[in-house]
Amino acid sequence: MAKQRLVVVGNGMAGARAVEEVLARGGAELFDITMFGDEPYGNYNRIMLSNILCGIQDTSEIFINSLPWYAENGIILHAGSPVTEIDRASRKVRTASGIIAEYDILLIATGSRSFIPPIQGLNGADGKMKPGVFGFRTLDDCDGIIATAKASAKAAVIGGGLLGLEAARGLLNHGCEVHLIHLGRHLMPAQLDATGGAMLRTAMQKMGVKIHLEKNTAEILGQERVTGLRFKDGESLECDMIVVAAGIKPNAEIGRSAGLTVERAIVVDNHMRSVDDMNIYVVGECAQHRGQVYGLVAPLWDQARVFADHVTHTDRDAAYHGSKLATKLKVMGVELASMGLTEPEHEHDEVVQFSEARHGTYKKLIVRDGRLVGGILMGDISKAAYLMQAFDRETPLPDERLSLLFDLGTPPQKVTLDEMPATAQVCNCNGVTKAAIGACVASGKRTPKAVMSATRAGMGCGSCKGLVGEVVAWFCGGDMEEDLSVHYYVPSIPMAKPDLVKAIREQGLKSVSSVFKALAADGREDAASKPALASLLITLWDDAYEDERDARFINDRVHGNIQKDGTFSVVPEMAGGVTTPAELMRIAQVAVKYAVPLVKLTGGQRIDLVGVPKQDLPGMWADLDMPAGWAWAKSYRTCKSCIGTDYCRFGLGDSMGLAKKIEAKFRGIDSPGKLKLATAGCPRNCSEAMVKDVGAVAIGEDRWEIYVGGAAGSAIRKGDVLCTVIGEDEVIRISGRFMQWYRENAKYKERTHTFIERMGIDRVRAVVVEDAEGIAASLDAAMEASVNAVKKDPWLERSAPATANQFAAPIPVEA
Amino acid sequence: MALHLIARLSDIPPGEGRSFIVGSAEVAVFHTRSAGVFATQAYCPHKGGPLADGLTDGANVVCPLHERIYSLATGEGIGNECSVKVYPVSVAEDGIYLELDAAS
Repeated sequence: MAKQRLVVVGNGMAGARAVEEVLARGGAELFDITMFGDEPYGNYNRIMLSNILCGIQDTSEIFINSLPWYAENGIILHAGSPVTEIDRASRKVRTASGIIAEYDILLIATGSRSFIPPIQGLNGADGKMKPGVFGFRTLDDCDGIIATAKASAKAAVIGGGLLGLEAARGLLNHGCEVHLIHLGRHLMPAQLDATGGAMLRTAMQKMGVKIHLEKNTAEILGQERVTGLRFKDGESLECDMIVVAAGIKPNAEIGRSAGLTVERAIVVDNHMRSVDDMNIYVVGECAQHRGQVYGLVAPLWDQARVFADHVTHTDRDAAYHGSKLATKLKVMGVELASMGLTEPEHEHDEVVQFSEARHGTYKKLIVRDGRLVGGILMGDISKAAYLMQAFDRETPLPDERLSLLFDLGTPPQKVTLDEMPATAQVCNCNGVTKAAIGACVASGKRTPKAVMSATRAGMGCGSCKGLVGEVVAWFCGGDMEEDLSVHYYVPSIPMAKPDLVKAIREQGLKSVSSVFKALAADGREDAASKPALASLLITLWDDAYEDERDARFINDRVHGNIQKDGTFSVVPEMAGGVTTPAELMRIAQVAVKYAVPLVKLTGGQRIDLVGVPKQDLPGMWADLDMPAGWAWAKSYRTCKSCIGTDYCRFGLGDSMGLAKKIEAKFRGIDSPGKLKLATAGCPRNCSEAMVKDVGAVAIGEDRWEIYVGGAAGSAIRKGDVLCTVIGEDEVIRISGRFMQWYRENAKYKERTHTFIERMGIDRVRAVVVEDAEGIAASLDAAMEASVNAVKKDPWLERSAPATANQFAAPIPVEA
Repeated sequence: MALHLIARLSDIPPGEGRSFIVGSAEVAVFHTRSAGVFATQAYCPHKGGPLADGLTDGANVVCPLHERIYSLATGEGIGNECSVKVYPVSVAEDGIYLELDAAS
């Protein structure tokens, strides 16, 4: 079959995402794809423009697809060539520059532009916006704002919605005095009510933004360029530049001139297809579906999927049913979640609220017929994930409404450092008291690290490191020295992990010894740094990694966990905690034969034979004839499971089966810290999946909730719901992607619960689930490569030792 | 004083250590990547960790139990108050020689 011609008008987030979705469905075989874009670039993440303005990110970091991507995928891109005409009769589009493209299928994804209200004096004599006036929508806008802000003393932002606030935030960073002009009575009217708006206003004023509410701009002053603003009430404000962020306006003119039905935007059916033309689809901010035009990114992703399913015939019934609007964001340092209504609408709507202005906390929920129809969370958004899900799915709410706002339980008794007695133990592992830390600081150690290495506080399980740091700071009384080395991945090489990874890749360093030679001071080895480097290198190079046994911790040299008396433990594989009578008999026989002093069930549903001298390991492994259980390594460890659907009368998903699949896939995968997993067959959570590094909980109809960052060891933390997926394969794929991202970004020995708190669950979700950084495919591929590179069962070294005297007992020498 | 032929150099992989029993003494012998050979007492004075199982570099060994560090050349504790006994060693064509005083 000849290929059809797919022409895409618009190369923004919507157009490019739609094309990616088409390609993911084998679209390259079906279509010759041509794209037209207004801007002379590849496509970029417009949401990140505020970061560019703030100077947090560089332009190059926000590109989703750079120009080479188009060529690699066989897409013809006309960047900087806006389409000006669609001829539906002859199925052609034409650009101002005269480029003509014929189509079989046309996708309009022209998005929207800044809405510039008609204000007197907005335009100069040439009809263009007066110098010093900007929209806030494109990279060019950003560049203009930044360049002008540097030379401006006073800037005004018109518009107190999200975009306006972000513009104001960005301008602060460029040293301007910033004034925010808002027509309404409170800020962010789409997301907040008056109380929330007022709290946000206080937060912004504290940061130095001057806020003018209920101000209607009548005129922009200045002849050659901007000199100020005049308001309808007669007052005026001097300023050197103005950013207009008064909303967006769909770019729907192209549809209207082509004779398509356009109301606020181009009207589409449930397949995202124009109601007038079978061959024209519309997605993104220029599409109007059931009366709604969406300006957020989540609906756009849904629309792109529906379009791709439909146009590639993957699913001709694919339909978009509209999106419920819920967002989580951080404005002016304030964490915020908002969904649905901001005020009750009906007489019987129930309002549940809490406010504590002193801490900037405000929570308000609107409940109708026992379901959530609206909500605002400010300051503390810990309940946002649960509430947004309840809002989206319209699930019934618990009768005790208080539990919607708070995690109930006794509040933790936090003792202040002033109150803490001198004899109180700060580090329980090494028995270090507050007084001992004080003495150490008094002796001249003024960084947490120096104190830790002198007193050994925090050097055991590590869970008190944060507290040790606080106590050191308290004793130093503001006189603490900054210790740059805390950012290093290993102490002997002065580089943070990203820089180290870059250097290793660029120089092709594949062994631990080569890393020391190339990067450490004087090329000197450092024993304590070796395992961390080995872990990193194996993650980076997979089977190209050049293994050096001396870089391994003893556990990884002899494949068992060293015990306090120098003996080791033997833990055979027992996927999902499921074993057989035959295996149990062998384990029992081995334990008897080798006089194993202790047989113990582990927390990970395994059997642990403890107290084995090194020289007995090979024989025991041979007699057991079971694969290694990887219970010794900084790696994937175990996946426990409950009894699932086989016998449990409550089971909703086959947790045992899934645990076995997970174990088969990920065993032997190295990672910065231990990865302990679990699967639960229903939300009763008998296998404790919600407090594992990664947990999957069946919720029925083949759906699984994936929890990440849980812990129930030296720290206790309930995992965050990363997402809900359909099917076991998807659980494995998303879990694998999360683990890979963790492997690539975590510090050595940093467990997932710390990692997630450092990264923020929103970022984790954006990367792993929403693919906001466009790296999901490469993470999946990297994990797949690591899985394929896992060496055979290490216990097979019993018959082929890797080094001389690998398992030897102390060797007698003839005197 | 007595010289003991402990092992061939190839009996200890580069960068690792192995334990030997010489008379009544247990000794940890290390073969560093830079081809140096060192010997210390076999067990960590802190809690008895087997030093031969520790990570080494050209200068130090790290006890595998609680990460105490000792200088291979002098036995001095680094960042801790313990220290370990060290033994003179040399490498000849036929292997590693360790010098033990008669008392041990």
